[in-house]
Amino acid sequence: MRQVAILGIGQTKIDEHWDKSLREIGGEAAFSALQDAGLEKVDALFVGNMLSSLVDGQNQLGTFFSDWIGLWKQEAVKMEAACASGGAAFRAALMAVASGDIDSALVLGVEKMTDKAGRDVTSALATAADADYEVEQGVSFVGINALVMRRYMHEFGWKHADFAPFSVNAHANALHNPYARLHEKITAEKFERSSVIASPINLLDASPIGDGAAAVIIVPAEKVARKPRIVVAGSASATDTIAVHGRKDPLFLNAAYLSSKRAYDMAGISFADLDVFELHDAFSIMAALSLEACGFAERGQGVRLGLDNEISITGRVPVCTRGGLKARGHPVGATGIYQIVEVIQQLRGECGLTQVDGAKIGMAQNIGGSGATILTHIFKAEGS
Amino acid sequence: MEIPRHWRLKKQRYGLVGEVCPHCDHKIFPPRDVCPNCGDEAKDLYTFSGKGEVYSFTTVYEAPAGYEANAPYTVAIVKLQEGPMLTAQLTDVDNNAVEIGMPVEMVTRKIRNDGDERGVIVYGYKFRPVFAAH
Repeated sequence: MRQVAILGIGQTKIDEHWDKSLREIGGEAAFSALQDAGLEKVDALFVGNMLSSLVDGQNQLGTFFSDWIGLWKQEAVKMEAACASGGAAFRAALMAVASGDIDSALVLGVEKMTDKAGRDVTSALATAADADYEVEQGVSFVGINALVMRRYMHEFGWKHADFAPFSVNAHANALHNPYARLHEKITAEKFERSSVIASPINLLDASPIGDGAAAVIIVPAEKVARKPRIVVAGSASATDTIAVHGRKDPLFLNAAYLSSKRAYDMAGISFADLDVFELHDAFSIMAALSLEACGFAERGQGVRLGLDNEISITGRVPVCTRGGLKARGHPVGATGIYQIVEVIQQLRGECGLTQVDGAKIGMAQNIGGSGATILTHIFKAEGS
Repeated sequence: MEIPRHWRLKKQRYGLVGEVCPHCDHKIFPPRDVCPNCGDEAKDLYTFSGKGEVYSFTTVYEAPAGYEANAPYTVAIVKLQEGPMLTAQLTDVDNNAVEIGMPVEMVTRKIRNDGDERGVIVYGYKFRPVFAAH
């Protein structure tokens, strides 16, 4: 397998884009990445998307977008792994380029969510869970995460307020990201006062949906002259049971543990070498569980990293440096590519007030379902 | 959801019928063809007692489409006496009185109306508190 590097990135602001179609937001991110890469064509297009068939009535997104962006004749396919669709599309593209079968790939994560009413989108999102044995019981996707959070608080003695730093940090960082959905500073007091969706999860534990698209172009590393050169140093994917109730330990993200361990080994690093970690904070509890599974905290102690201010830009493990899912927003199938784009921005040194000083190694971790599919990617900056 | 799908699940929904692994005696619910404990094939049916305890719970205030009429309602992960866990609504209980570790038992209840013109009334398992008098 040959080494692969990033040639270009692009993204749209996450928002309620009522004036733009699925085509237009996806095209905007794709064209922006092609321009950044200085390319007009690529060998293949990999699209990450979860909901287009349910929300937009459109399938076959590979060809839908290769047609729209002028890649007629090129190979194109959509990958779906719920909220991990973006990461799954990136890994598929990576394997294709690394194998030598193709020489360039455009990976486009795209989701258009606001064309349907909120409750229809809620039902569509629930398709990530087990339809027969979770969803049919009347539990929403938020509810499944709430079940995990309640047990976590019970076993380890945390209060709801202890989770506030995850959301406060994400909102503070999003203020400086023009592509973020929410530009609103929040406080721990406001976090505690927000309305309950499924107890103990309230509105400010949960990430907002939105319309958005992000894109990355990858090529063999020797073709990238730009400094610093950002290479893919590690890539791994792992799965767990589709239903949370099926796990031996519902409070441990085993797929995050497995995929991060493989990615660390491939990159020849340990968790302590990471300068930035874009984790999948769909809910505050998932931020805590991700930090634990990836080695930053003992089981049950991920919350401590927030309380000790270790997760801020100047902390031991800066997370959600562009706002995370919580404040940048969570256009589900696009999220994995936003995370990768943001890590690359950090390694290029393009993050302004939320730049992690001297960032050289970054990790993006994308979760489908409540820990069912987890993809971990590690990037390194070479030369400067 | 269509009628055959509900019909297929009748043993699980009405009888709490799962499986027992013939190789390691592990009890399995919901049924699956590979034992999660030993990895061997498991297809022998096993009827659960319906007794268990609350492993975790959440009160759903913003219900998914089709469930709004009952909101707010409490959903739990129930750990069955025989070992496995499942997700189910709690019933016959004050939402504010639910606690982790609370003993519960299975009952058959209406889950929802499957809304369209072909719709059926979906019944299935819910769990209620086991009172001392039992």
